[in-house]
Amino acid sequence: MARAIVELGEKGFLVKHVVASLFRVTWGYLLAVFVGVPLGILLAWYRRGGLALAPLVEIVRPISALAWIPLAILWFGVGDLSAVFIIFVASVFPLTIAAMSAVGGVSSTHWNAGRNFGLSAGQIARRVLLPAILPRLLVGLRLALGIAWLVVVAAEMIAVNSGLGFLIIDARNAGNRYDLVVAGMVLIGTIGLALDWAIRRVERLSALRWGYTDSAREAA
Amino acid sequence: MIPVREPLPGRMKIEIRGLHMAFRTEENDVRVLEDIALDVREGEFVCILGPSGCGKSTLLNIVAGFLAPTAGSVRIDGEEVRGPDPRRIFVFQERGVFPWLTVEGNIGFGLGKLARDERERRIAHYVRLVGLEGFEKAYPHELSGGMKQRVEVARAFAVDPDVLFLDEPFGALDSITRLVMRGELLRIWRAEQKTILFVTHDIEESVQLADRVVVMTARPAKIRRIVPINLPHPRDLSSRHYLELRDGIFEEIGLAHKI
Repeated sequence: MARAIVELGEKGFLVKHVVASLFRVTWGYLLAVFVGVPLGILLAWYRRGGLALAPLVEIVRPISALAWIPLAILWFGVGDLSAVFIIFVASVFPLTIAAMSAVGGVSSTHWNAGRNFGLSAGQIARRVLLPAILPRLLVGLRLALGIAWLVVVAAEMIAVNSGLGFLIIDARNAGNRYDLVVAGMVLIGTIGLALDWAIRRVERLSALRWGYTDSAREAA
Repeated sequence: MIPVREPLPGRMKIEIRGLHMAFRTEENDVRVLEDIALDVREGEFVCILGPSGCGKSTLLNIVAGFLAPTAGSVRIDGEEVRGPDPRRIFVFQERGVFPWLTVEGNIGFGLGKLARDERERRIAHYVRLVGLEGFEKAYPHELSGGMKQRVEVARAFAVDPDVLFLDEPFGALDSITRLVMRGELLRIWRAEQKTILFVTHDIEESVQLADRVVVMTARPAKIRRIVPINLPHPRDLSSRHYLELRDGIFEEIGLAHKI
């Protein structure tokens, strides 16, 4: 298996597949962050709108992102865009839910203190809401990144012709190279671990500064 | 000695009329406040005293504008209260301190509209006033409960409000810090002439601090009696008059002052 990794490295495949996978995860995940987090905040902030939209979110959410693969290919063809879309779909709902619950978890005392000092809605959002939800939000960000990394492999097995997922399925199809399959799995595990480590570092930074002992973090 | 603060000639600051509050639950309405009427003069220190859970915090939240009453009205400076206002600051227990801001950041929280050097001057002034020099850059998690409490008090005073609402502000403190904080509060109150509405379940505390003690009944809370405390500050906690007033309230609530 070690030899298989070396073999991949020598042919330059390794870098190519890893970069392809990371590229898709980055875009799919970032898109999900920029859509899911504001959406979750808005749904929680405007409670009535939230109540109206929540059932829709709840129906779409349990659909496995993998079930979107056929539609993704229909809409975006076989290629990066399909994979990015699938990663987006997989991580956007956990992020929305995480942002909603983070807003719900802001203590009423902090809300009232913010309101008491005559702040506008925008100032309250920036000076009370965002810092108050950040610790919980970071937990959600970490979980969603894990999901994105899980899903990219599956998406690549079907919707594209490169990436670590493709490497695994291709190694099997093109001659039962199970050493390459296992090598791919080890790489996926290692990179997943590295991603988790990186986002934990960010989490710890804010935890140190504010000394938050958020129960949500312990639970996650 | 500072002369007795007579029920001031000052004008009426807070007028509470016919206030009722009920919370609706699945099964029934829980009546919390019943027919509360109270006037507070400008510069007066009034304690609202009652057993835990009697609804005195609810009353304070209504007067501060965080809650709308079921019936009745609250007027401050002749104007109907419709929401919170930076001229009237609510001091929560230490829970109101923002954990993501330093001591400086917390105290300066309500000073966003000031010019930078004026803001810094005020922050420094109130840091000194509550004795937190050297902790300006500390985050709340590095502070003790008493220090956090002082941060909240300083944050409230820094915006120079007319009225302060304090909801059992010293409940979480040890007895020594609590005494020190009471002294601080009285000192600042005398120096800056605020109107203070102070909620507590501690009889001694109310008699030590207030010009008048409003004794509440258990839920649904009504005003049982209003006791004027005509003692000069600083108050001698072993004087006969003090003990008489204190024991009078103990009896009023139906507690023998023995254990």
